[in-house]
Amino acid sequence: MKRQDGRNANEIRPIVIKAGVIEQAQGSAMVSLGNTRAIAAVYGPRALFPKHLQRPDKAYLNTVYNMVPFSTKERNRPGPSRRSNEISKVTRHALEPAIFLEEFPKSEIFLCIDIIEANAGTRTAGINAAAVALADAGIPMRDFVTSIAVGKVNGEYIVDMTGKEEEVTHCDLPVAFMPRTKKITLLQMDGDLPQKDVKELIQFAMKSAEEIYKKQKEALRKRWTS
Amino acid sequence: MAELLKKEREFVMPGDELVKSMDFLPGRNTFREGDSIYSKRLGVVNLNGRVVSVIPLNIVYMPKVNDMVLGKIEEVQPNGWVVDINSANTAWLPLSGVREFIDTKSDLTRYYDIGDMIYGKIAQVSQGSVHISMQDPRARKLKAGRIVKLNPAKIPRLIGKAGSMVNVIKKYTDCRINIGQNGLIWIDDGNQELFLRALKLIEDETFTEGLTDKVTELLGGKS
Repeated sequence: MKRQDGRNANEIRPIVIKAGVIEQAQGSAMVSLGNTRAIAAVYGPRALFPKHLQRPDKAYLNTVYNMVPFSTKERNRPGPSRRSNEISKVTRHALEPAIFLEEFPKSEIFLCIDIIEANAGTRTAGINAAAVALADAGIPMRDFVTSIAVGKVNGEYIVDMTGKEEEVTHCDLPVAFMPRTKKITLLQMDGDLPQKDVKELIQFAMKSAEEIYKKQKEALRKRWTS
Repeated sequence: MAELLKKEREFVMPGDELVKSMDFLPGRNTFREGDSIYSKRLGVVNLNGRVVSVIPLNIVYMPKVNDMVLGKIEEVQPNGWVVDINSANTAWLPLSGVREFIDTKSDLTRYYDIGDMIYGKIAQVSQGSVHISMQDPRARKLKAGRIVKLNPAKIPRLIGKAGSMVNVIKKYTDCRINIGQNGLIWIDDGNQELFLRALKLIEDETFTEGLTDKVTELLGGKS
């Protein structure tokens, strides 16, 4: 089956990853996946305020996911929303297991993800960018985090849906995992699926995301060795 | 005995496997998981005997006891000073850390006021709280001069083995230099323009071999 944009079922959109795009940040990265584009910036470790959020044994990963007003067809009202709060939270939980937070007690690592162009898969693009930005910032990590969304259309599994495809899919399943240890750190699902399909889809997602993992490493290599 | 999976001085990223053997020990910026040692950070591989470590390329300064740092007085309190040391958290300079005897009733701004720069020693680090001390022959309050910044990951290169690099720089530029491990450098007198050119070279070519020779050449000496 060929898809609307001529891709195969297991083919992700053209992907570009660039590290070190924001000079003032400790670390940063840009990921563009087709028409979806995310920029992540990491600041710190630095002092954490308000003080009641400080934890004596580890750092707090402060994640802010934000879609800029011009990122969508209809103007997106600026400021936090129910949706962006949710994505900030799941992004934090997707990245925390990969970071040695215990090395920075009482501090915060501030991670800011801006979506400057949205065409489905923004949270996965954001997580991919964030992982590169964290490594770029020199934050100690156990592993990278790589993320991709998969779905099912007319009984067939497809990877990395566009906005148009998302409207007709039976289900949308973003997955984030640590590529070395194959541990899943984010799993959400819209729609419904039998248990068997979910298991197969997760395997399918992990296989399709290998290319992203390669590109993530390539981006860092390019920034630091030339 | 097993071999390193990466060459020495090779560029590695977090999660890269460095060696798969219990014959080696994990050093700085690495961790063991099962039989293998992995890198924690972006950096280059370093092997010292059987200890595998990673020299980072980009870091935020984390205080270590006995480090000399440059700090800026941020706040004056009745029992000491809060010092910004260009790190995640501020440091605390208690009255007992100062060389002079201070009567608790006296005005503390007479010794250190807000905005003053000091060159002090990290005396104590525990769970994110850092104590700084001026009880060291090298410690002092900095007057005049100027402050320049360098990524703390590159400070060891600026100092060189047993101070070889900084001694060369001092010799040719006639600058007075105080290097803080936290990435702040105080300079005064001498040819500061030349010093900044040398600093730029070290910043750009941190991990090239024979850097000291290159710097000597830049400064006008024979290598």
